[in-house]
Amino acid sequence: MHYVVRMLQEKDTLVCNAMAIDINKIRAQFPILDSVIHGKPLAYFDNAATTHKPERVVNKVNEVYYTLNSNIHRGVHYLSNQATLAYEEARNKVQHFLNASQSYEVIFTSGATAAINLLATSFGDTYIEEDDEIIVSTMEHHSNIVPWQMMCKRKKAVLKVIPINEKGELDLEAFEAHLSDKTKLVAVTYVSNALGTENPIPEIIKRTHQNNSLIMVDASQAVQHLKVDVQELDVDFLVFSGHKIYGPTGTGALYGKEKYLNEMEPWQGGGEMIKSVTFEETTYNELPFKFEAGTPNIAGAIGLGEAIDFVSEVGIENIAEYEHELLTYATEKLNTIDGMRIFGTSEHKSSVISFLVKEIHPFDMGTMLDKMGLAVRTGHHCAQPIMDYFGIPGTLRASFAVYNTKEEIDRLVEGIAKVAMLFG
Amino acid sequence: MTIKEIQEEIVEEFTSFDEWMDKYAYLIELGNDLEPFDNQYRLDQNLLDGCQSKVWLHAWEEDGKIYYMGDSDAIIVKGIVALMIRALSGQTPDDILNNELSFVDEIGLKEHLSPTRSNGLVAMIKQMRLFALAFKAKQA
Repeated sequence: MHYVVRMLQEKDTLVCNAMAIDINKIRAQFPILDSVIHGKPLAYFDNAATTHKPERVVNKVNEVYYTLNSNIHRGVHYLSNQATLAYEEARNKVQHFLNASQSYEVIFTSGATAAINLLATSFGDTYIEEDDEIIVSTMEHHSNIVPWQMMCKRKKAVLKVIPINEKGELDLEAFEAHLSDKTKLVAVTYVSNALGTENPIPEIIKRTHQNNSLIMVDASQAVQHLKVDVQELDVDFLVFSGHKIYGPTGTGALYGKEKYLNEMEPWQGGGEMIKSVTFEETTYNELPFKFEAGTPNIAGAIGLGEAIDFVSEVGIENIAEYEHELLTYATEKLNTIDGMRIFGTSEHKSSVISFLVKEIHPFDMGTMLDKMGLAVRTGHHCAQPIMDYFGIPGTLRASFAVYNTKEEIDRLVEGIAKVAMLFG
Repeated sequence: MTIKEIQEEIVEEFTSFDEWMDKYAYLIELGNDLEPFDNQYRLDQNLLDGCQSKVWLHAWEEDGKIYYMGDSDAIIVKGIVALMIRALSGQTPDDILNNELSFVDEIGLKEHLSPTRSNGLVAMIKQMRLFALAFKAKQA
Protein backbone atom coordinates (compact mmCIF):
# COMPACT_ATOMS: atom_id res chain seq x y z
CA MET A 1 0.00 0.00 0.00
CA HIS A 2 3.11 2.17 0.03
CA TYR A 3 2.37 3.55 -3.41
CA VAL A 4 -1.16 4.56 -2.44
CA VAL A 5 0.20 6.47 0.50
CA ARG A 6 2.69 8.17 -1.80
CA MET A 7 -0.06 9.32 -4.14
CA LEU A 8 -2.00 10.80 -1.25
CA GLN A 9 1.03 12.57 0.10
CA GLU A 10 1.73 13.98 -3.34
CA LYS A 11 -1.71 15.48 -3.58
CA ASP A 12 -1.39 17.20 -0.21
CA THR A 13 1.93 18.76 -1.04
CA LEU A 14 1.31 19.51 -4.71
CA VAL A 15 1.77 23.26 -4.54
CA CYS A 16 4.90 23.50 -2.47
CA ASN A 17 6.62 20.66 -4.27
CA ALA A 18 5.90 22.05 -7.70
CA MET A 19 7.59 25.22 -6.53
CA ALA A 20 10.56 23.26 -5.26
CA ILE A 21 11.67 22.50 -8.83
CA ASP A 22 13.45 25.41 -10.49
CA ILE A 23 13.32 24.04 -14.01
CA ASN A 24 15.63 26.65 -15.54
CA LYS A 25 18.24 26.00 -12.92
CA ILE A 26 17.98 22.26 -13.56
CA ARG A 27 18.11 22.54 -17.35
CA ALA A 28 21.18 24.77 -17.15
CA GLN A 29 23.05 21.80 -15.70
CA PHE A 30 22.49 19.70 -18.84
CA PRO A 31 24.37 21.31 -21.77
CA ILE A 32 23.12 18.66 -24.24
CA LEU A 33 19.57 20.01 -23.85
CA ASP A 34 20.66 23.06 -25.87
CA SER A 35 21.32 20.85 -28.92
CA VAL A 36 19.77 21.70 -32.26
CA ILE A 37 18.62 18.57 -34.13
CA HIS A 38 17.70 18.82 -37.84
CA GLY A 39 17.47 22.57 -37.32
CA LYS A 40 15.05 22.27 -34.39
CA PRO A 41 15.69 22.53 -30.66
CA LEU A 42 16.02 19.10 -29.07
CA ALA A 43 13.17 17.83 -26.93
CA TYR A 44 14.39 14.61 -25.39
CA PHE A 45 11.77 12.04 -24.37
CA ASP A 46 13.92 8.91 -24.33
CA ASN A 47 14.80 9.04 -20.67
CA ALA A 48 13.71 5.48 -19.90
CA ALA A 49 16.48 4.36 -22.27
CA THR A 50 19.03 6.67 -20.73
CA THR A 51 18.96 10.08 -19.07
CA HIS A 52 21.35 12.88 -19.87
CA LYS A 53 24.14 13.68 -17.46
CA PRO A 54 24.43 16.90 -15.52
CA GLU A 55 27.68 18.80 -15.98
CA ARG A 56 28.80 17.94 -12.44
CA VAL A 57 28.72 14.20 -13.23
CA VAL A 58 30.79 14.66 -16.40
CA ASN A 59 33.18 16.93 -14.50
CA LYS A 60 33.49 14.40 -11.71
CA VAL A 61 34.41 11.61 -14.13
CA ASN A 62 36.98 13.91 -15.76
CA GLU A 63 38.33 14.89 -12.36
CA VAL A 64 38.88 11.23 -11.47
CA TYR A 65 40.95 10.65 -14.58
CA TYR A 66 42.82 13.97 -14.29
CA THR A 67 43.60 13.96 -10.60
CA LEU A 68 42.83 10.62 -8.99
CA ASN A 69 43.47 7.90 -11.53
CA SER A 70 44.91 4.81 -9.93
CA ASN A 71 43.86 1.25 -9.29
CA ILE A 72 41.95 0.79 -6.09
CA HIS A 73 42.09 -1.38 -2.96
CA ARG A 74 45.62 -2.75 -3.44
CA GLY A 75 47.92 0.20 -3.56
CA VAL A 76 49.99 1.58 -0.74
CA HIS A 77 50.65 4.79 -2.61
CA TYR A 78 48.80 8.05 -2.19
CA LEU A 79 46.76 8.11 -5.40
CA SER A 80 45.57 4.55 -4.95
CA ASN A 81 44.38 5.35 -1.46
CA GLN A 82 42.60 8.49 -2.62
CA ALA A 83 40.91 6.62 -5.49
CA THR A 84 39.86 3.85 -3.10
CA LEU A 85 38.37 6.37 -0.69
CA ALA A 86 36.42 8.06 -3.48
CA TYR A 87 35.15 4.73 -4.84
CA GLU A 88 34.03 3.54 -1.41
CA GLU A 89 32.48 6.94 -0.73
CA ALA A 90 30.40 6.39 -3.90
CA ARG A 91 29.30 3.05 -2.48
CA ASN A 92 28.24 4.81 0.73
CA LYS A 93 26.20 7.25 -1.34
CA VAL A 94 24.33 4.39 -3.01
CA GLN A 95 23.86 2.77 0.40
CA HIS A 96 22.28 5.91 1.87
CA PHE A 97 20.26 6.55 -1.27
CA LEU A 98 18.66 3.10 -1.01
CA ASN A 99 18.80 3.20 2.80
CA ALA A 100 20.68 -0.10 2.93
CA SER A 101 21.88 -0.94 6.41
CA GLN A 102 25.43 -1.73 5.32
CA SER A 103 27.58 -0.34 2.50
CA TYR A 104 28.87 -3.84 1.69
CA GLU A 105 25.33 -4.83 0.76
CA VAL A 106 25.85 -2.68 -2.34
CA ILE A 107 27.69 -4.47 -5.16
CA PHE A 108 28.81 -2.26 -8.04
CA THR A 109 28.06 -3.72 -11.46
CA SER A 110 28.19 -2.48 -15.04
CA GLY A 111 24.41 -1.99 -15.01
CA ALA A 112 21.13 -3.61 -14.10
CA THR A 113 21.61 -6.33 -16.73
CA ALA A 114 24.93 -7.37 -15.20
CA ALA A 115 23.40 -7.20 -11.72
CA ILE A 116 20.59 -9.58 -12.69
CA ASN A 117 22.99 -11.93 -14.46
CA LEU A 118 25.17 -11.94 -11.35
CA LEU A 119 22.19 -12.72 -9.15
CA ALA A 120 20.71 -15.33 -11.49
CA THR A 121 24.02 -17.19 -11.64
CA SER A 122 24.99 -16.95 -7.99
CA PHE A 123 21.48 -17.49 -6.64
CA GLY A 124 20.99 -20.39 -9.02
CA ASP A 125 24.30 -22.04 -8.09
CA THR A 126 23.58 -21.67 -4.39
CA TYR A 127 19.88 -22.23 -3.88
CA ILE A 128 18.23 -23.76 -6.94
CA GLU A 129 17.54 -27.42 -7.48
CA GLU A 130 15.65 -29.35 -10.10
CA ASP A 131 11.92 -28.44 -10.32
CA ASP A 132 12.32 -25.31 -8.17
CA GLU A 133 10.35 -22.34 -9.43
CA ILE A 134 11.21 -18.73 -10.26
CA ILE A 135 8.41 -16.24 -10.85
CA VAL A 136 8.78 -13.33 -13.28
CA SER A 137 6.09 -11.29 -15.04
CA THR A 138 4.93 -10.55 -18.56
CA MET A 139 5.95 -6.92 -18.19
CA GLU A 140 9.64 -7.60 -17.50
CA HIS A 141 12.43 -6.12 -19.58
CA HIS A 142 14.26 -8.89 -21.46
CA SER A 143 17.10 -8.39 -18.96
CA ASN A 144 14.83 -9.71 -16.22
CA ILE A 145 13.65 -12.66 -18.29
CA VAL A 146 16.58 -14.10 -20.19
CA PRO A 147 19.07 -14.52 -17.27
CA TRP A 148 16.38 -16.48 -15.37
CA GLN A 149 15.56 -18.57 -18.45
CA MET A 150 19.24 -19.41 -18.83
CA MET A 151 19.55 -20.31 -15.17
CA CYS A 152 16.38 -22.43 -15.22
CA LYS A 153 17.72 -24.31 -18.22
CA ARG A 154 21.00 -25.00 -16.43
CA LYS A 155 19.37 -26.09 -13.18
CA LYS A 156 16.29 -27.77 -14.71
CA ALA A 157 14.14 -25.30 -12.80
CA VAL A 158 10.79 -23.85 -13.88
CA LEU A 159 10.02 -20.27 -14.87
CA LYS A 160 6.51 -19.07 -14.02
CA VAL A 161 5.07 -15.90 -15.50
CA ILE A 162 2.58 -13.47 -13.90
CA PRO A 163 0.26 -12.26 -16.66
CA ILE A 164 -0.97 -8.69 -17.07
CA ASN A 165 -4.44 -7.26 -17.62
CA GLU A 166 -5.61 -4.91 -20.38
CA LYS A 167 -4.60 -1.86 -18.31
CA GLY A 168 -1.06 -3.18 -18.20
CA GLU A 169 -1.18 -4.15 -14.53
CA LEU A 170 0.03 -7.35 -12.92
CA ASP A 171 -2.65 -9.96 -12.37
CA LEU A 172 -2.19 -10.38 -8.61
CA GLU A 173 -4.58 -13.32 -8.38
CA ALA A 174 -2.47 -15.20 -10.88
CA PHE A 175 0.59 -14.24 -8.83
CA GLU A 176 -1.03 -15.77 -5.74
CA ALA A 177 -1.80 -18.90 -7.71
CA HIS A 178 1.83 -19.21 -8.85
CA LEU A 179 3.21 -19.04 -5.30
CA SER A 180 3.99 -22.49 -3.93
CA ASP A 181 6.50 -24.25 -1.70
CA LYS A 182 8.63 -24.65 -4.83
CA THR A 183 8.88 -20.88 -5.34
CA LYS A 184 12.47 -19.90 -4.59
CA LEU A 185 12.50 -16.40 -6.00
CA VAL A 186 10.15 -13.76 -7.37
CA ALA A 187 11.86 -11.35 -9.80
CA VAL A 188 9.66 -8.44 -10.82
CA THR A 189 10.03 -4.88 -11.97
CA TYR A 190 9.02 -1.91 -9.85
CA VAL A 191 8.05 0.19 -12.86
CA SER A 192 7.48 -1.19 -16.36
CA ASN A 193 9.88 0.34 -18.88
CA ALA A 194 7.42 -0.21 -21.74
CA LEU A 195 4.12 0.78 -20.07
CA GLY A 196 5.06 2.90 -17.08
CA THR A 197 2.98 0.81 -14.69
CA GLU A 198 4.10 1.17 -11.08
CA ASN A 199 3.57 -2.22 -9.46
CA PRO A 200 2.35 -2.65 -5.86
CA ILE A 201 5.81 -3.80 -4.84
CA PRO A 202 5.33 -3.53 -1.04
CA GLU A 203 2.34 -5.85 -1.27
CA ILE A 204 4.15 -8.28 -3.58
CA ILE A 205 7.16 -8.40 -1.25
CA LYS A 206 4.91 -9.08 1.72
CA ARG A 207 3.11 -11.94 -0.03
CA THR A 208 6.39 -13.40 -1.26
CA HIS A 209 7.82 -13.44 2.26
CA GLN A 210 4.63 -14.95 3.69
CA ASN A 211 5.27 -17.75 1.22
CA ASN A 212 8.84 -18.11 2.57
CA SER A 213 10.29 -17.14 -0.79
CA LEU A 214 12.80 -14.45 -1.68
CA ILE A 215 12.29 -11.48 -3.97
CA MET A 216 14.36 -9.37 -6.34
CA VAL A 217 13.03 -6.05 -7.55
CA ASP A 218 14.22 -4.50 -10.80
CA ALA A 219 14.28 -0.81 -9.88
CA SER A 220 15.86 0.36 -13.15
CA GLN A 221 12.83 2.55 -13.89
CA ALA A 222 12.08 3.36 -10.25
CA VAL A 223 15.03 4.82 -8.35
CA GLN A 224 15.13 7.94 -10.54
CA HIS A 225 11.41 8.58 -10.14
CA LEU A 226 10.34 7.59 -6.63
CA LYS A 227 11.70 7.00 -3.16
CA VAL A 228 13.06 3.48 -2.77
CA ASP A 229 13.95 2.34 0.74
CA VAL A 230 15.22 -1.23 0.79
CA GLN A 231 14.81 -1.60 4.56
CA GLU A 232 11.28 -0.25 4.60
CA LEU A 233 10.41 -2.49 1.66
CA ASP A 234 12.26 -5.39 3.28
CA VAL A 235 13.30 -6.42 -0.23
CA ASP A 236 15.91 -9.19 -0.48
CA PHE A 237 17.60 -8.02 -3.69
CA LEU A 238 17.23 -4.90 -5.79
CA VAL A 239 19.02 -3.77 -8.94
CA PHE A 240 19.29 -0.51 -10.86
CA SER A 241 21.27 1.11 -13.67
CA GLY A 242 23.40 4.20 -13.12
CA HIS A 243 22.92 5.67 -16.58
CA LYS A 244 19.15 5.90 -16.14
CA ILE A 245 19.58 8.04 -13.04
CA TYR A 246 21.78 10.77 -14.54
CA GLY A 247 24.98 8.75 -14.01
CA PRO A 248 27.59 7.43 -16.45
CA THR A 249 26.95 4.40 -18.67
CA GLY A 250 28.54 1.16 -17.51
CA THR A 251 27.46 1.66 -13.91
CA GLY A 252 24.82 0.10 -11.72
CA ALA A 253 24.34 -1.84 -8.55
CA LEU A 254 22.96 -4.94 -6.96
CA TYR A 255 21.66 -4.53 -3.44
CA GLY A 256 21.34 -7.75 -1.46
CA LYS A 257 20.72 -8.61 2.17
CA GLU A 258 23.99 -9.48 3.86
CA LYS A 259 22.88 -12.99 4.81
CA TYR A 260 22.19 -14.04 1.24
CA LEU A 261 25.18 -12.28 -0.28
CA ASN A 262 27.37 -14.12 2.21
CA GLU A 263 25.81 -17.47 1.45
CA MET A 264 25.85 -17.11 -2.32
CA GLU A 265 28.62 -18.41 -4.53
CA PRO A 266 30.56 -15.71 -6.38
CA TRP A 267 29.81 -15.05 -10.04
CA GLN A 268 32.98 -14.10 -11.86
CA GLY A 269 36.44 -15.10 -10.68
CA GLY A 270 39.58 -13.00 -10.87
CA GLY A 271 41.37 -10.22 -9.07
CA GLU A 272 39.75 -8.24 -6.25
CA MET A 273 37.35 -11.06 -5.34
CA ILE A 274 39.87 -13.41 -3.75
CA LYS A 275 41.51 -13.67 -0.34
CA SER A 276 44.11 -16.25 -1.28
CA VAL A 277 44.76 -18.36 -4.34
CA THR A 278 46.59 -21.67 -4.63
CA PHE A 279 46.01 -24.28 -7.29
CA GLU A 280 44.44 -26.48 -4.63
CA GLU A 281 42.00 -23.97 -3.25
CA THR A 282 40.92 -20.36 -3.53
CA THR A 283 39.26 -18.53 -0.69
CA TYR A 284 37.02 -15.67 -1.57
CA ASN A 285 37.22 -12.13 -0.35
CA GLU A 286 34.56 -10.70 1.93
CA LEU A 287 31.61 -8.58 0.83
CA PRO A 288 31.27 -6.63 -1.35
CA PHE A 289 34.55 -7.55 -3.08
CA LYS A 290 33.59 -11.21 -3.45
CA PHE A 291 31.22 -10.09 -6.22
CA GLU A 292 33.45 -7.46 -7.84
CA ALA A 293 36.05 -9.42 -9.80
CA GLY A 294 38.53 -7.41 -11.82
CA THR A 295 39.21 -3.70 -11.85
CA PRO A 296 35.82 -2.05 -11.62
CA ASN A 297 34.53 1.05 -13.41
CA ILE A 298 36.18 3.33 -10.86
CA ALA A 299 35.48 6.68 -12.52
CA GLY A 300 31.98 5.52 -13.45
CA ALA A 301 31.09 4.52 -9.90
CA ILE A 302 32.37 7.83 -8.54
CA GLY A 303 30.34 9.58 -11.27
CA LEU A 304 27.28 7.61 -10.17
CA GLY A 305 27.86 8.87 -6.63
CA GLU A 306 27.82 12.42 -8.01
CA ALA A 307 24.58 11.70 -9.92
CA ILE A 308 22.99 10.50 -6.69
CA ASP A 309 24.09 13.74 -5.02
CA PHE A 310 22.36 15.62 -7.84
CA VAL A 311 19.14 13.64 -7.34
CA SER A 312 19.30 14.03 -3.56
CA GLU A 313 19.85 17.78 -3.78
CA VAL A 314 16.86 18.25 -6.09
CA GLY A 315 14.99 15.82 -3.83
CA ILE A 316 13.49 12.55 -5.03
CA GLU A 317 10.07 13.57 -3.68
CA ASN A 318 10.24 16.83 -5.66
CA ILE A 319 11.26 14.91 -8.76
CA ALA A 320 8.40 12.43 -8.29
CA GLU A 321 5.92 15.26 -7.88
CA TYR A 322 7.14 17.22 -10.90
CA GLU A 323 7.33 14.20 -13.19
CA HIS A 324 3.88 13.11 -12.11
CA GLU A 325 2.62 16.52 -13.17
CA LEU A 326 4.33 16.09 -16.56
CA LEU A 327 2.87 12.61 -16.99
CA THR A 328 -0.66 13.77 -16.20
CA TYR A 329 -0.32 16.76 -18.50
CA ALA A 330 1.09 14.68 -21.37
CA THR A 331 -1.56 11.97 -20.98
CA GLU A 332 -4.37 14.54 -21.14
CA LYS A 333 -2.88 16.32 -24.15
CA LEU A 334 -2.08 13.14 -26.07
CA ASN A 335 -5.61 11.87 -25.54
CA THR A 336 -6.93 14.84 -27.53
CA ILE A 337 -5.31 13.43 -30.68
CA ASP A 338 -7.68 11.54 -32.93
CA GLY A 339 -6.89 7.83 -33.03
CA MET A 340 -4.58 7.93 -29.98
CA ARG A 341 -4.12 4.54 -28.31
CA ILE A 342 -2.23 4.58 -25.02
CA PHE A 343 -0.88 1.23 -23.79
CA GLY A 344 -0.61 1.05 -20.04
CA THR A 345 -3.56 2.84 -18.47
CA SER A 346 -3.07 1.99 -14.82
CA GLU A 347 -3.79 4.69 -12.27
CA HIS A 348 -0.36 3.97 -10.86
CA LYS A 349 2.14 5.06 -13.45
CA SER A 350 5.52 6.66 -13.51
CA SER A 351 7.04 8.84 -16.24
CA VAL A 352 6.38 6.61 -19.26
CA ILE A 353 3.71 6.86 -21.96
CA SER A 354 3.55 4.14 -24.59
CA PHE A 355 1.25 4.78 -27.53
CA LEU A 356 0.25 4.32 -31.15
CA VAL A 357 -1.78 6.63 -33.35
CA LYS A 358 -4.31 5.00 -35.64
CA GLU A 359 -2.50 2.35 -37.67
CA ILE A 360 0.64 4.42 -38.17
CA HIS A 361 3.76 2.29 -37.78
CA PRO A 362 5.90 3.41 -34.82
CA PHE A 363 8.98 3.55 -37.05
CA ASP A 364 7.27 5.99 -39.41
CA MET A 365 6.02 8.20 -36.59
CA GLY A 366 9.37 8.10 -34.78
CA THR A 367 11.27 8.98 -37.97
CA MET A 368 9.05 12.00 -38.63
CA LEU A 369 9.19 13.20 -35.01
CA ASP A 370 12.97 12.97 -35.10
CA LYS A 371 12.96 15.42 -38.01
CA MET A 372 11.20 17.87 -35.71
CA GLY A 373 13.85 17.50 -33.01
CA LEU A 374 11.59 15.26 -30.92
CA ALA A 375 13.44 12.24 -29.55
CA VAL A 376 11.16 9.33 -28.66
CA ARG A 377 11.80 5.61 -28.68
CA THR A 378 10.11 3.22 -31.08
CA GLY A 379 9.87 -0.56 -31.12
CA HIS A 380 9.27 -3.26 -28.55
CA HIS A 381 11.44 -1.64 -25.82
CA CYS A 382 13.10 -5.00 -25.07
CA ALA A 383 9.76 -6.20 -23.73
CA GLN A 384 8.36 -8.38 -26.52
CA PRO A 385 5.98 -10.37 -24.28
CA ILE A 386 4.06 -7.13 -23.58
CA MET A 387 3.78 -6.37 -27.30
CA ASP A 388 2.59 -9.93 -27.92
CA TYR A 389 -0.05 -9.49 -25.22
CA PHE A 390 -1.42 -6.37 -26.92
CA GLY A 391 -0.94 -7.92 -30.39
CA ILE A 392 1.18 -5.04 -31.69
CA PRO A 393 4.70 -4.93 -33.20
CA GLY A 394 5.77 -2.10 -30.95
CA THR A 395 4.86 1.34 -29.69
CA LEU A 396 6.19 4.86 -29.47
CA ARG A 397 7.39 5.69 -26.03
CA ALA A 398 7.80 9.10 -24.48
CA SER A 399 9.50 8.99 -21.10
CA PHE A 400 10.18 11.95 -18.87
CA ALA A 401 12.97 13.17 -16.67
CA VAL A 402 13.22 16.07 -14.25
CA TYR A 403 14.49 18.42 -16.99
CA ASN A 404 11.49 17.99 -19.32
CA THR A 405 8.92 20.78 -19.56
CA LYS A 406 5.26 21.20 -20.46
CA GLU A 407 6.35 23.33 -23.43
CA GLU A 408 8.30 20.36 -24.77
CA ILE A 409 5.24 18.17 -24.32
CA ASP A 410 3.19 20.72 -26.28
CA ARG A 411 5.71 20.44 -29.13
CA LEU A 412 5.50 16.64 -28.99
CA VAL A 413 1.71 16.67 -29.14
CA GLU A 414 1.77 19.15 -32.04
CA GLY A 415 4.33 17.02 -33.87
CA ILE A 416 2.30 13.84 -33.45
CA ALA A 417 -0.85 15.58 -34.66
CA LYS A 418 1.04 16.88 -37.71
CA VAL A 419 2.38 13.43 -38.61
CA ALA A 420 -1.03 11.84 -38.03
CA MET A 421 -2.48 14.28 -40.53
CA LEU A 422 0.22 13.52 -43.11
CA PHE A 423 -0.50 9.81 -42.91
CA GLY A 424 -4.22 10.49 -43.22
CA MET B 1 17.07 2.83 -68.76
CA THR B 2 20.32 1.91 -67.09
CA ILE B 3 20.70 1.86 -63.31
CA LYS B 4 22.80 5.00 -63.58
CA GLU B 5 20.09 6.83 -65.52
CA ILE B 6 17.37 5.75 -63.11
CA GLN B 7 19.43 6.93 -60.17
CA GLU B 8 19.97 10.31 -61.83
CA GLU B 9 16.24 10.57 -62.39
CA ILE B 10 15.50 9.82 -58.72
CA VAL B 11 18.03 12.37 -57.55
CA GLU B 12 16.46 14.98 -59.82
CA GLU B 13 13.00 14.26 -58.45
CA PHE B 14 14.21 14.72 -54.91
CA THR B 15 16.16 17.92 -55.54
CA SER B 16 12.87 19.71 -56.10
CA PHE B 17 12.02 19.31 -52.42
CA ASP B 18 13.22 22.08 -50.14
CA GLU B 19 11.45 20.87 -47.04
CA TRP B 20 12.17 17.54 -45.37
CA MET B 21 8.44 17.17 -44.88
CA ASP B 22 7.86 17.20 -48.66
CA LYS B 23 10.56 14.61 -49.14
CA TYR B 24 8.97 12.28 -46.65
CA ALA B 25 5.49 12.95 -48.00
CA TYR B 26 6.83 11.81 -51.37
CA LEU B 27 8.36 8.68 -49.82
CA ILE B 28 5.00 7.92 -48.25
CA GLU B 29 3.37 8.36 -51.65
CA LEU B 30 5.91 6.01 -53.24
CA GLY B 31 5.26 3.51 -50.48
CA ASN B 32 1.53 3.67 -50.99
CA ASP B 33 1.92 3.30 -54.76
CA LEU B 34 4.25 0.31 -54.61
CA GLU B 35 2.85 -2.68 -56.42
CA PRO B 36 1.18 -4.97 -53.85
CA PHE B 37 3.30 -7.82 -52.60
CA ASP B 38 2.02 -11.19 -53.74
CA ASN B 39 1.03 -12.92 -50.49
CA GLN B 40 2.16 -16.35 -51.65
CA TYR B 41 5.73 -15.01 -51.24
CA ARG B 42 5.14 -13.61 -47.76
CA LEU B 43 7.23 -16.38 -46.27
CA ASP B 44 9.73 -16.45 -43.43
CA GLN B 45 12.53 -17.06 -45.89
CA ASN B 46 11.64 -13.79 -47.66
CA LEU B 47 11.43 -11.79 -44.44
CA LEU B 48 14.24 -9.46 -43.45
CA ASP B 49 13.41 -8.70 -39.84
CA GLY B 50 14.96 -5.44 -38.83
CA CYS B 51 13.72 -5.21 -35.23
CA GLN B 52 12.21 -1.77 -35.87
CA SER B 53 10.45 -2.67 -39.10
CA LYS B 54 10.04 -5.65 -41.40
CA VAL B 55 10.93 -5.97 -45.07
CA TRP B 56 9.82 -8.72 -47.43
CA LEU B 57 11.71 -9.35 -50.64
CA HIS B 58 11.08 -11.78 -53.48
CA ALA B 59 13.10 -12.05 -56.68
CA TRP B 60 12.83 -13.97 -59.93
CA GLU B 61 14.67 -14.18 -63.23
CA GLU B 62 13.23 -13.68 -66.70
CA ASP B 63 15.23 -13.55 -69.94
CA GLY B 64 18.49 -12.95 -68.13
CA LYS B 65 17.10 -10.10 -66.07
CA ILE B 66 16.18 -9.99 -62.40
CA TYR B 67 12.89 -8.69 -61.09
CA TYR B 68 12.10 -7.79 -57.51
CA MET B 69 8.96 -7.53 -55.46
CA GLY B 70 9.12 -5.96 -51.99
CA ASP B 71 7.11 -4.75 -49.04
CA SER B 72 7.45 -3.32 -45.55
CA ASP B 73 5.14 -2.77 -42.58
CA ALA B 74 6.52 0.78 -42.17
CA ILE B 75 5.47 3.09 -44.96
CA ILE B 76 8.66 5.20 -45.08
CA VAL B 77 10.70 2.04 -45.34
CA LYS B 78 8.30 0.85 -48.03
CA GLY B 79 8.91 4.08 -49.95
CA ILE B 80 12.64 3.44 -49.87
CA VAL B 81 12.01 -0.18 -50.91
CA ALA B 82 10.06 1.19 -53.89
CA LEU B 83 13.06 3.31 -54.90
CA MET B 84 15.41 0.31 -54.66
CA ILE B 85 13.12 -1.78 -56.80
CA ARG B 86 12.80 1.01 -59.33
CA ALA B 87 16.59 1.21 -59.58
CA LEU B 88 17.37 -2.49 -59.79
CA SER B 89 14.35 -4.44 -61.01
CA GLY B 90 14.56 -5.54 -64.65
CA GLN B 91 18.35 -5.20 -64.78
CA THR B 92 20.94 -7.88 -65.51
CA PRO B 93 22.84 -9.54 -62.66
CA ASP B 94 26.06 -7.93 -63.86
CA ASP B 95 24.58 -4.46 -63.86
CA ILE B 96 23.11 -4.98 -60.39
CA LEU B 97 26.44 -6.17 -59.04
CA ASN B 98 28.51 -3.47 -60.76
CA ASN B 99 26.48 -0.43 -59.77
CA GLU B 100 26.60 1.33 -56.40
CA LEU B 101 23.32 2.70 -55.11
CA SER B 102 24.64 6.24 -54.86
CA PHE B 103 21.24 7.93 -54.99
CA VAL B 104 20.47 7.06 -51.39
CA ASP B 105 23.30 9.23 -50.19
CA GLU B 106 22.54 12.00 -52.69
CA ILE B 107 18.90 12.39 -51.67
CA GLY B 108 19.77 12.40 -48.00
CA LEU B 109 18.42 9.02 -46.95
CA LYS B 110 21.73 7.59 -45.88
CA GLU B 111 20.72 7.72 -42.22
CA HIS B 112 18.11 5.05 -42.92
CA LEU B 113 20.73 2.75 -44.37
CA SER B 114 23.34 2.77 -41.67
CA PRO B 115 23.87 -0.75 -40.32
CA THR B 116 22.67 0.34 -36.90
CA ARG B 117 19.23 1.53 -38.00
CA SER B 118 17.82 -2.01 -37.89
CA ASN B 119 14.92 -1.31 -40.24
CA GLY B 120 15.65 -4.18 -42.64
CA LEU B 121 16.89 -1.95 -45.48
CA VAL B 122 20.56 -2.81 -45.21
CA ALA B 123 19.70 -6.49 -45.21
CA MET B 124 17.45 -5.91 -48.20
CA ILE B 125 20.17 -4.33 -50.36
CA LYS B 126 22.51 -7.16 -49.44
CA GLN B 127 19.81 -9.67 -50.34
CA MET B 128 19.11 -7.97 -53.68
CA ARG B 129 22.77 -8.34 -54.58
CA LEU B 130 22.88 -11.93 -53.33
CA PHE B 131 19.98 -12.78 -55.65
CA ALA B 132 21.94 -11.26 -58.55
CA LEU B 133 25.00 -13.25 -57.59
CA ALA B 134 23.01 -16.48 -57.33
CA PHE B 135 21.31 -16.02 -60.72
CA LYS B 136 24.64 -15.15 -62.29
CA ALA B 137 26.18 -18.33 -60.90
CA LYS B 138 23.25 -20.30 -62.27
CA GLN B 139 23.71 -18.81 -65.73
CA ALA B 140 27.43 -19.63 -65.87
